[in-house]
Amino acid sequence: MTQKLLASGLDKVTLQQVYTQILRSRRLDERLGLLQRTGKTSFNVSGQGQEIGQAAMAMAFEPEKDYFLPYYRDMTAFMFWGATPKEILLDSFGRAAGPSSHGMQMPNHYGSKKLHAVSQASTVSSQFPLATGVAYGAVLDQSDRLTLVTTGEGSTAEGEFHEALNFAGVAQLPVIFVIENNGYAISTPDKEEFAAHSLADRGAGYGMPGIDVDGLDFTATYLAFKEAVTRARAGEGPTLVNLNVIRLLDHTSDDNQRIYRSEAELKALQAKDPLKTLTAQVIAEGIFTEAEIATLEQQLKKEINLATDQAEAAPAPDLSVLGQQVFAPVEKETGIYG
Amino acid sequence: MAKIDYLEALHQALDEELGRDQRLTIFGEDVGGVKGGVFNVTQGLAEKYGDRRVFNMPLGEAEIGGLAIGLGTTGHPAVAEFQFADYILPATNQIISEAARMRYRSQGDWTVPVVFRAPYGGGVGGGFYHSQSTEKVFVGQPGLRVVTPSTVRDAKGLLKSAIRCQDPVLFYEHKRLYHSIKAEIDPNEEILTPIDKAAILRSGTDLTVMSYGVTLQYVLQAADELTQQGLHTEVVDIRSLYPLDKATIIAAAKKTGKVLLVNEDNQQGGVLSEISAVINEGALFDLDAPIQRLAGPDSPAMPYAKNLEQAFLVQADAVKQAMLDLAEF
Repeated sequence: MTQKLLASGLDKVTLQQVYTQILRSRRLDERLGLLQRTGKTSFNVSGQGQEIGQAAMAMAFEPEKDYFLPYYRDMTAFMFWGATPKEILLDSFGRAAGPSSHGMQMPNHYGSKKLHAVSQASTVSSQFPLATGVAYGAVLDQSDRLTLVTTGEGSTAEGEFHEALNFAGVAQLPVIFVIENNGYAISTPDKEEFAAHSLADRGAGYGMPGIDVDGLDFTATYLAFKEAVTRARAGEGPTLVNLNVIRLLDHTSDDNQRIYRSEAELKALQAKDPLKTLTAQVIAEGIFTEAEIATLEQQLKKEINLATDQAEAAPAPDLSVLGQQVFAPVEKETGIYG
Repeated sequence: MAKIDYLEALHQALDEELGRDQRLTIFGEDVGGVKGGVFNVTQGLAEKYGDRRVFNMPLGEAEIGGLAIGLGTTGHPAVAEFQFADYILPATNQIISEAARMRYRSQGDWTVPVVFRAPYGGGVGGGFYHSQSTEKVFVGQPGLRVVTPSTVRDAKGLLKSAIRCQDPVLFYEHKRLYHSIKAEIDPNEEILTPIDKAAILRSGTDLTVMSYGVTLQYVLQAADELTQQGLHTEVVDIRSLYPLDKATIIAAAKKTGKVLLVNEDNQQGGVLSEISAVINEGALFDLDAPIQRLAGPDSPAMPYAKNLEQAFLVQADAVKQAMLDLAEF
């Protein structure tokens, strides 16, 4: 049974903002899929089914000071960290003004200096060792800022995942490790990915709490992260969170899950769409009325249409950047680069 | 003025930079505590600067590399020590996919001002996995500087510059130079070696020899001996293995028209191959002889058995002979 939204301790206005942002991310996700299918962009990774878990996770942090090392399915979390639809669309169109990479990387490689979201590679789990470095920086600065790092469950088979957790446990770093577990690594089901009963069990092996969280339940997820965040902020070390979510769509726009997931499984999946559950809760708890949601939908459509037009019209990167920012510029006075 | 060795020069560089920049950290396997690394380069630094800034790491090279990169992205310069250059390979993904790409892929939003130290080279009875030259794995990665000091002065100056450089720098130290070369270094002099420049160590007009590492010492020794016989050698210390200092290399090749390239690594597919290409592009019509390469054999790594190890290594007399042969060409 999904917990009540108001049981999260968040007030009605905040929950209205949360629901609006989740709905915005779903509609934006749909738009990004459409842009790819019509050939306007080359690629997209959908996060549909993971938005509620990501939103609840992000709400437990303080994005104005905490660092985030996201993975490619984290659009909703990145938006809760402060990214706008226009910024995400700029990245998808490969525009110079895209905050993640200024047109250098594929879409969905979220990052932003302004938002403390560290640039990511496509090499899964390689952000985990980086996250420990970012967290160690907070220790050096004697700051209570936290580091959040995410990946999919398939990526936990990478050695870098384990090396990072091992050191974070040894050094008791202020970092929260999150596995967004949607059950599939592209087409490979989790029973072929790991033999552990739950990936949360891995935490104990590295001397940190490992917790299993229902990522389709906003309040349960938010409260679990709140606890982990409180512990880390108090200097009590890292936590591993196995955030159980679902992947409603294909792995990416280059995948077709109908060839490896049965008709029955896909049908059951749609019935579990957490946005439907959330919308029913929002109405039942009097956070928004149906009419208000309908109005909201209209507003979001306009907003995303405008953002799409603006991003598409924005300039592509100048060809000169091919040779720029390879190495640091030389300081003439010292002869040292930097 | 006291003479110090190559290892002490490295130690002084780290000590001075830790004192200068309070954000700097140094870590790796056995680097902290009282041991200060298996070669003792960091001995005493944990005690002096605290174990928050100089510390041990678990045996996981990807984590050692990634910790440094994460620190660097958030404005904390770091020096990560890999115990042997042979053990850097598990960190290759971190060094190439993350460190070398970070600035470019974010167009300068995120940078990685870190140094990866790696003791390399053979002749120490280290067998396959304590003797290798791994530089050719990492050269040719835009965004990643690969440098190596081959003199005592550069051991200090190049390491200090690498720490101050805003680029990731893979810093190779030849193990057999640690205690075999000494020089007078004024402890009060701030030495900062240009990180992207080759150095002319001897000026000559008869032939040009370019090298780095222990083999450079053989070149210098032979050049000095050959001077007695009236042969004057231009000796180039490559120093920056990537990117190469093309201008210095081409000018030195043109100057004598005869070029010998020497390193300890295998002959094919390495740093010497790229230097040769640079000379071909920039100085071909000034050459009086084919570019010569003297290097290790193209077999995987240095064997343990003494006779095999010595046969694998480029020896001082072979360097001198190659120089004589080229001079007479």
